[in-house]
Amino acid sequence: MTNTASEFDAPKRGWYKRNEIAVTPFLFLLPGVFFFAVYVIYPVFQSFNISLYKWDGLGEADFIGLKNYQKLFEDRAFETSLWNNLKWLVLYLLAIPVGLFISLFLNQKVVGIRLYKSLFFFPFVISQIVVGLVFSWFYDPTFGIFTKLIGLVGLEIKGGVLGNPTAVTYGIIAAGLWPQTAYCMILYLTGLNSVDPEQVEAARLDGAKGWKMLWYVIIPQLKPATFIAFVVTVVGALRSFDLISIMTRGGPFGQSRVLSYYMFEKALSEYGFRMGYGAAIAVVLFLIMLVFIAYFLWSMYQEEKGAH
Amino acid sequence: MFPTPIEKRTRGWQIGYQAMLPVVLIAWLLPLLAVMLFSIKPEADFVSGNYWSLPSNLDGFNNYYKVFFESDMPKYMWNSIRITVPTVIGCMILSSMTGFALGVYRFRANLWIFFMFVAGNFVPFQILMIPVRDLTLDIGLYNTVQGLVLFHIAFQTGFCTLFMRNFIRALPFELIEAARVEGIAEWRIFWYVVLPLMKPALAAMAVLIFTFIWNDYFWAVVLTQGSEAQPVTAGITSFNAQFRAAYHLMSAGSIVAALPPVAMFFLMQKHFIAGLTLGAVK
Repeated sequence: MTNTASEFDAPKRGWYKRNEIAVTPFLFLLPGVFFFAVYVIYPVFQSFNISLYKWDGLGEADFIGLKNYQKLFEDRAFETSLWNNLKWLVLYLLAIPVGLFISLFLNQKVVGIRLYKSLFFFPFVISQIVVGLVFSWFYDPTFGIFTKLIGLVGLEIKGGVLGNPTAVTYGIIAAGLWPQTAYCMILYLTGLNSVDPEQVEAARLDGAKGWKMLWYVIIPQLKPATFIAFVVTVVGALRSFDLISIMTRGGPFGQSRVLSYYMFEKALSEYGFRMGYGAAIAVVLFLIMLVFIAYFLWSMYQEEKGAH
Repeated sequence: MFPTPIEKRTRGWQIGYQAMLPVVLIAWLLPLLAVMLFSIKPEADFVSGNYWSLPSNLDGFNNYYKVFFESDMPKYMWNSIRITVPTVIGCMILSSMTGFALGVYRFRANLWIFFMFVAGNFVPFQILMIPVRDLTLDIGLYNTVQGLVLFHIAFQTGFCTLFMRNFIRALPFELIEAARVEGIAEWRIFWYVVLPLMKPALAAMAVLIFTFIWNDYFWAVVLTQGSEAQPVTAGITSFNAQFRAAYHLMSAGSIVAALPPVAMFFLMQKHFIAGLTLGAVK
């Protein structure tokens, strides 16, 4: 013992030494927990509080109870945003099966396949801002490739995809699906690597192939990858902000807003600083997310229990 | 292996597959290829409505010259670096510590603290927006690089802790026990035993955080304004305003802005992918 105690920790001997194993984790956690509490945990509660006030961010805040939430019910723009969020959630999940199929397509050993895999993954690495710009040109009503392509089969979308109130949200979701699919693809490619070859062979001997093999043998083994793909896709769908901000700014006529964008618009834009109302929107978004967070934590908890 | 390896199929299948790969890839990257083409086209091509032909002359490379020397782009890029690099370092420090504490020690609050980090990591940004903006204003860091860095470090600590803790859990615990039997102080175990083993995880995490932070747009808009402190993602939108419909410059600018994470990805691919799967899929 004596030879490990340097001059540095000599004064701390005694109580600290005796309780070292109990105390150390808390010392190591202190800075991280402090930062996280100040910047993430406490603000969540603050937002709940702010949502009960009428506040412009500078002057006095008036306590108005649940009035902000009452107003939400009559707010058409809020309703549109909520519906659009639902569309995002549902359609974004397409990234999971599409990603799976691309990964199956690429799960071969031919010359250059590594490069192909990287290039397929490419869209995920670029920022959503650039993806948004790229897609707004892709959809451009005068020169966009998309417009030309659907023109070939005689289709036309009035005002272009991003100028058309019905098409706009789907257009932006498609743009978001591009990187998200790439993400799911890479998750599945990694997952496919660890699929047990013996099980596959055994199933083959039993006559399983194609869809049956995929459904009964492969997909169950990909469960961890699917779980992560589901988590990141749901989070991605509810966080959608960048694409809307760069592609349409919520337009036309506010038809492409989602809660995250609408909240920002209310709280921090030229339309004035309605912090309380913005906070109320954020709380609704948070509660939706909370359902998923609870599910994620529950799944993780089950796994933790299994591990011990 | 699933699907059936192509080398076990007929020659026809193999040739078909090899031929299909580039076609599918081009279709997949079509929007991006269009921007690359735009970025090397001279302005004249756009004026004459000549969008999709090959560049009519080589003046197009001027676009990149203009982006680098006649716009605020280098300033924004520099800000991005000043935001991203300290954030990555800060996250590595904080989360190697939290990960160590939660991965090695057993105490009652362990799982609760861990779940707090995980849950916080999934929270929508908007619920943090107003309080974090106020806090940043209060401590005088609004519209500074430091203000953004502090928030990013704090927020990413959630994800990083999840990542590091899971990694440390998978290390052989006997190593730590052996060190304890030797009577080595706990902080020394962290420094000399665990930290060296964490290197691959730290590398994976660093690449990932680099990309996340470089590509952040929301917080850049909420906590900064103007070219003093704004990173390139926010810069490109003001670039958008400055050059209006100057597609050639916008596309060159976008490509420049996207380049660092892309380079990072290609250089550190293995680490990157290990990071993305959160260590859960091996």
